[in-house]
Amino acid sequence: MNKNLTWFNVTALVLGFAFLYIPILILVIYSFNESKLVTVWGGFSTKWYASLANNQSILDAAWVTIRVGLLSASLATVLGTMAALTLDRFKKFHGRALFSGMVYAPLVMPEVITGLSLLLLFVAIGFDRGFWTVTIAHTTLTMCFVAVVVQSRLVTFDRSLEEAALDLGCPPFKTFFIITLPLILPGVVAGWMLAFTLSLDDLVIASFSTGPGATTLPIKIYSMVRLGVTPEINAVSSILIGVIALGVVAASIVTNRAEKERERAERAAFAQG
Amino acid sequence: MNKAVGPIKRKFAPWDDPAGVPFIRFENVTKRFGDFVAVDNLTLDIYEREFFSLLGPSGCGKTTLMRMLAGFENPTEGRILLDGKDLAGIPPYKRPVNMMFQSYALFPHMTVEANIAFGLKQDGMESDQINTRVAEMLRLVKLEKFAKRKPHQLSGGQRQRVALARSVAKRPKVLLLDEPLGALDKKLREETQFELMDLQIELGMTFLIVTHDQEEAMTVSDRIAVMNHGVIAQIGTPAEIYELPATRYVADFIGDINLIEGKVSAVSGTQLSLTSEGIGGVIDAEAAEGGDATVGLDACFAIRPEKVRISREAPPAGSHNVLEGEVWDIGYLGDISVYRVKLANGTIVKATVANMTRIVERPITWEDKVYLTWPRDAGIILTK
Ligand SMILES: Nc1ncnc2c1ncn2[C@@H]1O[C@H](COP(=O)(O)OP(=O)(O)OP(=O)(O)O)[C@@H](O)[C@H]1O
Ligand SMILES: [Mg+2]
Repeated sequence: MNKNLTWFNVTALVLGFAFLYIPILILVIYSFNESKLVTVWGGFSTKWYASLANNQSILDAAWVTIRVGLLSASLATVLGTMAALTLDRFKKFHGRALFSGMVYAPLVMPEVITGLSLLLLFVAIGFDRGFWTVTIAHTTLTMCFVAVVVQSRLVTFDRSLEEAALDLGCPPFKTFFIITLPLILPGVVAGWMLAFTLSLDDLVIASFSTGPGATTLPIKIYSMVRLGVTPEINAVSSILIGVIALGVVAASIVTNRAEKERERAERAAFAQG
Repeated sequence: MNKAVGPIKRKFAPWDDPAGVPFIRFENVTKRFGDFVAVDNLTLDIYEREFFSLLGPSGCGKTTLMRMLAGFENPTEGRILLDGKDLAGIPPYKRPVNMMFQSYALFPHMTVEANIAFGLKQDGMESDQINTRVAEMLRLVKLEKFAKRKPHQLSGGQRQRVALARSVAKRPKVLLLDEPLGALDKKLREETQFELMDLQIELGMTFLIVTHDQEEAMTVSDRIAVMNHGVIAQIGTPAEIYELPATRYVADFIGDINLIEGKVSAVSGTQLSLTSEGIGGVIDAEAAEGGDATVGLDACFAIRPEKVRISREAPPAGSHNVLEGEVWDIGYLGDISVYRVKLANGTIVKATVANMTRIVERPITWEDKVYLTWPRDAGIILTK
């Protein structure tokens, strides 16, 4: 291992990480700044976090964001899982290529375009913009990510397990819930977490689809920044970073742990003979 | 529970009874995967309470046949009848058929116990009845101590036994076993074979079993079907298949056999005579059933090594059914010795001799000139 750590590698690593994380680190450090001036260090303090707790508009925005995140992630998980199953199961239906392309298109579609088209749709059908439109927009955005994650899990799923369940008298619908779902659950959970984090930090689509009374945290931060950066914003952002980091880490832990546990148990069984 | 012999079978031969009604009937069944024909216009009758084995090389369509009966594949052509009813359109979960999968297909998130109980739960059986049945099944496959384990904590042989127990638990009318005992060691396999036979007689189930182990097929089956490339080469009782193979393919596939190529030189009823360049002499034997019997036809004489007698003394000159050769190789297998005798034309003929005494010095040894003889009805002439 050590042999591979050449001078060049170390430099590349340090530079890469520095590039990625120094801005975030500075933001987090300055959220603990005593001084009101963002660029001058005035000593350590947590007062900006305390003042956040009294800022009703930020709290409201946070609450909206969480509700939108929970709801849209759950909807996206249901829809995305269904899409993944269809794509995995029906290898040869007419228009499969088109369908799968359409499921994945939002992954690469510029967010501005997705946002704009959703806005036009809501206006066209006369849907009052607000909490529900943001939720629907986020569901659209995130369901394809869920589909990708779940589909990768389905690749390793052994179809003969479903056949065995059917053979033993279990109807297909029930088979899905007691055999298939528990086994692809790590993928579904990871998909949900990914959808939730994506919804939390989305600014573009939310600003297109939102309306009065449904300001999400990223929109709130953005509008505050336009009036000048305050340490309070640093504090909100730090919290948001913490939550998202937690979500991403948790998602990867969930997927990895299931695999590792199975491998370990298999080794144990093998050792016993 | 160590039984030396299996249960003695009563006379059971519904296939010989003209009034017998088959329980399972494959009627001109063809299954194609794209261009590939996995099962080719196959007709097969299986009777109630029969223990029926499918033998055949890998890829000949055994699993496909079972999957069609279980309802996972639909025949491309033809139909499958169970107890007189066409199974077309009946989904797998409504068929009174249970299958043990070649890949076991154990539910990885359930314990051994829960796996076995799964089918019973689907039937809405009372929980104390389920417990009794599960305990009984665990005893059958000798896995009482592993009830609480998950499949990934078991060895291959143990997993196979769980799969077996799970498929037997519901006591279906028809049990399909796809290589049920392949991963077990010899002793456990023999025990389980007898347990299966007991169970089958006790519960009156019909068994359709795929195996690669001929000895196993011989031991357990009422009848055997030998398959090749999606068609049935021969159906018969183990003795019929072994003693009266209908074609070269079957003769060669089942057990060890000597095939001596030649031409039909005389026909009298079902008796044929065969001559061949380089073997000297004439071989007389019964023709295999269903074969053509025309003088001049290419044919081969098939005889099992254990029916060939080997001797250094020359039989009277002009005798039929004698081969002359030189001992090429001797294999000592403990209970028997195998002599490989090279004929003048280079054909190797095997003869096995039971080692009745503790031979230190062999009466017949390498490079001896020997004569091979056999009783007149020991072999058979195959024209297909
Ligand atoms: N779903 C499928 N699509 C295409 N070909 C298939 C499919 N299932 C089976 N086959 C082909 O059909 C043939 C018969 O397969 P099958 O599984 O019945 O063989 P088998 O007799 O059970 O062999 P084995 O002893 O190796 O289990 C094989 O050549 C296989 O490749
Ligand atoms: Mg098979």
